[in-house]
Amino acid sequence: MKKKSSFGRLSGSNLLLPIVSLILVMGVNVIFDIASGNNPFSFFMITLQNTTSNGVVLYGRIIDILNRGSEAAILAIGMTLVVSSSAGTDISVGSVMSLCASFCCMLLAGYGVSSTNELAVPLFVGVLAGILMGVLCGAFNGTLVAVFQIQPMVATLILYSAARAIGLLLCNDLIVYVRNPSYAFFGGFLGPIPTPIIITLICVLVMSLLLRKTALGLYIQSVGINRRASRISGLNSTRIIFLTYVLCGMFAGIAGIVNSSRITSADSNNIGLYLEMDAILAVALGGNSLGGGRFNLAGSIIGAYTIQAITTTLYALGVSTTQAPVFKAIIVILIVSIQSEPVKAFMKKRRAVRAV
Amino acid sequence: MKNKKGGINSNTILLLITIGLFVVLYAGGCIAYGYKGFTHLQTFLNILITNAGLICVSCGLTLVMLTAGIDISVGALVAMDCMMLAVGMRSGIGAIPMMLLVLAVGVGFGCLQGFLIGYLQIQPFIVSMAGMFFCRGMTAVISTEQVSITQEINKLFYDLANMKIVFPFGGYANKKGMIMQPYIRITVVIALIVLVAVFLMLRYTRFGRSLYAVGGNATSAAMMGLNVKAIKMKVHVLCSVLTSIGGICYCLNTMAGSVSQATGLEMDAISSAVIGGTLLTGGVGNVFGTFFGVLINGTISSIVKTNGKLASSWPNILTAILLFVFIVIQSIFAAVRKRGK
Repeated sequence: MKKKSSFGRLSGSNLLLPIVSLILVMGVNVIFDIASGNNPFSFFMITLQNTTSNGVVLYGRIIDILNRGSEAAILAIGMTLVVSSSAGTDISVGSVMSLCASFCCMLLAGYGVSSTNELAVPLFVGVLAGILMGVLCGAFNGTLVAVFQIQPMVATLILYSAARAIGLLLCNDLIVYVRNPSYAFFGGFLGPIPTPIIITLICVLVMSLLLRKTALGLYIQSVGINRRASRISGLNSTRIIFLTYVLCGMFAGIAGIVNSSRITSADSNNIGLYLEMDAILAVALGGNSLGGGRFNLAGSIIGAYTIQAITTTLYALGVSTTQAPVFKAIIVILIVSIQSEPVKAFMKKRRAVRAV
Repeated sequence: MKNKKGGINSNTILLLITIGLFVVLYAGGCIAYGYKGFTHLQTFLNILITNAGLICVSCGLTLVMLTAGIDISVGALVAMDCMMLAVGMRSGIGAIPMMLLVLAVGVGFGCLQGFLIGYLQIQPFIVSMAGMFFCRGMTAVISTEQVSITQEINKLFYDLANMKIVFPFGGYANKKGMIMQPYIRITVVIALIVLVAVFLMLRYTRFGRSLYAVGGNATSAAMMGLNVKAIKMKVHVLCSVLTSIGGICYCLNTMAGSVSQATGLEMDAISSAVIGGTLLTGGVGNVFGTFFGVLINGTISSIVKTNGKLASSWPNILTAILLFVFIVIQSIFAAVRKRGK
């Protein structure tokens, strides 16, 4: 009996799978390094490098993964809440990212200007407006899902196709370049550390404090598990679901600005392309059920970095950008298959037979 | 739930609204752009020609959506089909074997997805998302360049693509005074056959009816004695096969294969099905609604193209607005129905 409970605790832990998969990916890296005759731990090495543009900065594959995975991690926070509260996914986040970036750059450069060194409005106005645009999109999605009770995927399909197009309209069908060093900050470096990592860290800390220290996390889970029962026991289910979508939109806005700051431009057609898929995958890899209810923010974040680690590893192995999705798909299917109920039941049965 | 008095139920009203909207949109286009030739029969036939592939794909997707599933891999599968056809024919394989191979790949891919969704009970969204990544990536593995199919590469395929089925009526004189007879391509014939076949299957076969049962309530369907797992697997195989047929139509239309082909096609197909009255929760829907959904999307892009001055992003925005209007109407109907109970 005692043995069973410890096994139950281990397999019941939501963090087991994401951590195991992350370790697996790292293991592949180590093996690859040994095979190619490098230092076996070169994957984990972090060095200080002197660059001409940014001064002394941290350098290493881990840093690269943390840096490049920032957008997916930020999106994964919002996506986790949405999945938990409404048992559906917000597929518009990638497009909303693009819209927010376009709006921000349009304000900073002025309408119809395709390249600028001078800022038309103060930086914080543009950035705040971009994030506000994300909040607005989130509110739109939230209204449809919470008030009109439309399936989340259909409701967010509207902005999925419209947001990117509106972004293009705002930019007058141009790629807007904001060649001002102050705008490059959000995708650049703060001291030796890449800024996106710090932004992600702040987002995660604030959100986990909000979820842990207030009852919000509990409310979201309870609405996700049973909307009607939560309403009957006194929660305003509609408002809570609405709030999760607004938060998701806000994080999409932040991610959009980080992404656009990296390339100091608003490339409406490419910013956040397929990133909604990465965010949803991150949530699933993090051991969260896409059916709503209980959620685990840490799992989602680890999931997001796992996906980025897979991508970076594939590039390091010499797989081209366009071909990498094949391996990503196979890895994802393997991970979720191991997680699936019938496979778990089968393994349990085998273990029981062996025990007898 | 069913209206026993023989009146029309709310699903029929939704279908009628869809058809009505199409008529209104098309009439609006005719009035606004009649002088640019929008009133010619050929304009309507062109909508069918450009969207023949999408019609096949949407039919397949509607079937999956009826069982409360989703398949977002269809666009990538179409791209992979086109690339396979283009590269296969360039390397000297005949058109017929290549088409059969594409269909076989469709069956295999559908079996794999169906097994993961039906038997391993993984969420359809995740499986088909992985399927999407896989197909897009495989397209790049086959070839990263844009391969076009010319007459020299494969004569049969080229002739099939350029075959006109001319109508004996409805001709009009063009600027040079030549009489232009309206025509359709072979892809339209394929798409319409698929449409009618799927409609008949849904209405009159055991399998077709069981899709509604599984989508309406999987637990009670299982209690009734239906093999829910097998049905889910079969419907995904069917969807992938129809998508492959759509892919062949798409390729006959574009005569090329490239990595970025058919991006966003899955969302066009989903929005067509939703505008046509199919619910993502399953159990409610009809392929004819989907057909009109495709036509509405086609009419919008045709109007924007005829105008010629509007930015290229307008079709997306207009489709999104339509989608918005439709789902709000649907949700009002759902609320009314709930209150009626």
